[in-house]
Amino acid sequence: MLELIAVKGIYILMVFAAAAAFASSLLPNLFHGALALAAVLLAVAGLYLSLGAEFLAMVQILVYVGAVMTLVIYAVMLTGRLEETVTPSGRIQRAAAGVSCAIFFVLVCGVLLSTNWPAAPGGNPLPSVKDLGIDLMKRHVFPFEVLGILLFAVLIGALAAARREKS
Amino acid sequence: MTPVPESHYLIFSLILFSAGIFGALTRRNALGVLIALELMLNAVALNFVIFSRTAPEGSASGQVSAFFIIALAAAGAAAGLAIVLAVYRSRKSIQTDDTNLLKW
Repeated sequence: MLELIAVKGIYILMVFAAAAAFASSLLPNLFHGALALAAVLLAVAGLYLSLGAEFLAMVQILVYVGAVMTLVIYAVMLTGRLEETVTPSGRIQRAAAGVSCAIFFVLVCGVLLSTNWPAAPGGNPLPSVKDLGIDLMKRHVFPFEVLGILLFAVLIGALAAARREKS
Repeated sequence: MTPVPESHYLIFSLILFSAGIFGALTRRNALGVLIALELMLNAVALNFVIFSRTAPEGSASGQVSAFFIIALAAAGAAAGLAIVLAVYRSRKSIQTDDTNLLKW
């Protein structure tokens, strides 16, 4: 019984997230689009929970919903008189994009359903936060360090790009 | 095992990715393109987590890859928004059609 409710909840979450995803790329007002993106990110955090990735769900909420969304909404408010951001693209461009997305969806869906994904028998054991930390510090330590350098470079680059130039 | 069949999760993340592509293709505002980009990155990170449950030897590595994607997306958002602000300051517009400084 409880499992049935959980499964239904997951499907409801998926439908909600898909609707919000389309809203975030269709809504003419960018501010509404950004809020819809926040809804998608929260729903995906819920799906992470359903997949047993609790720590990742928390990181998703902290980093994405907390930091990235704040940045995006700040930028929307700094650059746009919101009413004037409504410049829908041409009808032909919209139709072409829709058709190509539909074709992409159908093609990948076909590949996805016809592929026999290799599966560990009975599924993998859920990694604890300790396992994640050990994996991050042992097997993936090089990309981890590179990512640190990248973040540092982006910090300096963003400051340099956004700085007001001396007149 | 995942509570819902694996393929349903995969199709869901494909829907997210398609919505992101559609947004990136049709938005005229650079910020809209950035929002669509975040959507696509999130779909990819979700795929990594799905496969971390089922694929052999994927247990911790899949989740670590998702961490990397989240960190990269945050870095991309910060750099992209700084560029958007700089462009807005010099051109008074962030419509992608107006941004043709580097166009021959």
